[in-house]
Amino acid sequence: MTRSNEPLLRVSDLTMMYGDRVGCRNVSFELRPGEVLGIVGESGSGKSTLLRSISAQQEPTKGTVEYHTRIDGIRDVYQMSEAQRRLLMRTDWAFVHQNARDGLRMNVSAGANIGERLMAVGDRHYGNIRNAAENWLGKVEIATERLDDLPSTFSGGMQQRLQIARNLVTSPRLVFMDEPTGGLDVSVQARLLDLLRGLVHDLNLAVIIVTHDLAVARLLSHRLMVMQRGEVIESGLTDQVLDDPQHAYTQLLVSSILQN
Amino acid sequence: MEQTVNNPAQASSAYNFAYLDEQTKRMIRRALLKAVAIPGYQVPFAGREMPMPYGWGTGGVQVTAAVIGPDDTLKVIDQGADDTTNAVSIRQFFAKTANVATTEKTAKASIIQTRHRIPEKELREDQILVYQVPIPEPLRFLEPRETETRKMHALEEYGLMHVKLYEDISRHGHIATTYAYPVMVNDRYVMDPSPTPKFDNPKMDMMAALQLFGAGREKRIYALPPYTKVKSLDFEDHPFEVQSWKDECGMCGATDSYLDEVILDDKGNRMFVCSDTDYCSERQDAGHRGPQHHDQPLGTSHSNGKAAE
Ligand SMILES: Nc1ncnc2c1ncn2[C@@H]1O[C@H](COP(=O)(O)OP(=O)(O)O)[C@@H](O)[C@H]1O
Ligand SMILES: [Mg+2]
Ligand SMILES: [Zn+2]
Repeated sequence: MTRSNEPLLRVSDLTMMYGDRVGCRNVSFELRPGEVLGIVGESGSGKSTLLRSISAQQEPTKGTVEYHTRIDGIRDVYQMSEAQRRLLMRTDWAFVHQNARDGLRMNVSAGANIGERLMAVGDRHYGNIRNAAENWLGKVEIATERLDDLPSTFSGGMQQRLQIARNLVTSPRLVFMDEPTGGLDVSVQARLLDLLRGLVHDLNLAVIIVTHDLAVARLLSHRLMVMQRGEVIESGLTDQVLDDPQHAYTQLLVSSILQN
Repeated sequence: MEQTVNNPAQASSAYNFAYLDEQTKRMIRRALLKAVAIPGYQVPFAGREMPMPYGWGTGGVQVTAAVIGPDDTLKVIDQGADDTTNAVSIRQFFAKTANVATTEKTAKASIIQTRHRIPEKELREDQILVYQVPIPEPLRFLEPRETETRKMHALEEYGLMHVKLYEDISRHGHIATTYAYPVMVNDRYVMDPSPTPKFDNPKMDMMAALQLFGAGREKRIYALPPYTKVKSLDFEDHPFEVQSWKDECGMCGATDSYLDEVILDDKGNRMFVCSDTDYCSERQDAGHRGPQHHDQPLGTSHSNGKAAE
């Protein structure tokens, strides 16, 4: 795995207010290529707010998000033109939503779902697009006979894997995930996590994954940020944070997991 | 409703020239000018209620009302025919409210309003083709949000159009879309020529006549100025193709026109005939004959449909 020292993403002093209510506050961190960052914390602690603000889906009240683009070097994502930002979001970035329906087009086939990003960047050869889609279906362990089937005929776990394939087809470098295993059965979760771990490693993906499930965080992330009431109260290497938590709130989180 | 007026100055009767008041016509003309300036771009306009249902082409009627003058000659077609209820009533509407001359001859018309077909006869610079459009937004079928489709047009994000064509091929083995086949206008805007059959798409490309599109229900106007590049979307390995027929026109023997299938009797006999009735009759007047022409016994099939001339 290559991990250059040049950060891929730099978040500085990010604050998102909903009127008087804090969504997240004063968050700063850097992410390197191929690095997986877990954001953990209980419900309402600001994880999704932070993820949306980082991933250009919700402009923050304060602070900056800089990304090392392939073409123009470091750019503040909220200073880009909308066209540039949207292009970045559907090529070099990927989004895996908790609810696969939010990330899929349910009224077109699995193949069309995977091919969409390729067509969006100008691929105009049906055979090539279809081959790429078939190839990706295989990579996420879905039988290639299902290529022309609608996602609505897929199980929850398959829909989630299809969503991943649809996103990775353009070889993005940064993936945002919000509770990607939420709502799935435990055995289905395990398989998905396994697949994700393999892909992240093989493709050297940088990932920011939001989860309230510390087991998921431990399995996937290199580093963790623990959030409480919108603020990052502890961060560090995953094993360090989970095995030797410093903050009282983190200790509580970890012990409550152990009790389950 | 008793008096016809052919001059705005005389508009003291029940309705103004071409039904719409002058202010409304000016508003529509402004939208048309904008549409002509940005080929393929959908311009919103404050559509008016017309004395006919939306399905009857109120968008096209409003556009025609805004551009027609007393010296114009109007032709109205529906599925290529001048004699359907829809075409007849729109023609009568303008004959009555604008007192204009009407015709069924493509060559004699200065304005042609159509619901469906483009005439087979090549149109000229001094003609205007007005389309009645039911659904102007080509991206609608995959993206129902209006805010999002507008953004996609603004940013030229048209990948979704190919998703639709991809889906067509994966389901049918070929691009099965035959109507409302999307086109790229002037290398910039994707446009829906709905509900025109794709057979007519190539006629839109570099057409000499001005083409105006009006969508009544959705209150949109768009346009193709004369000699505008219009390209049907496709894939490199599935290029755009127009429909073709094995048969020729049963009446005039044409092999280059859009054919409708006509059931002749309850024994299953059928024939193909030009959908453009003016084109067909003009060919027959010129002596062209198809295998089912009435001056030949029905049912005798000719391997080469052209009768001796
Ligand atoms: N769109 C919103 N409008 C107003 N308040 C919001 C909105 N989204 C989240 N919040 C509030 O911001 C805080 C953080 O929420 P969220 O980011 O969803 O946390 P988490 O993902 O950790 O559960 C909560 O108090 C929540 O009620
Ligand atoms: Mg959340
Ligand atoms: Zn004919």
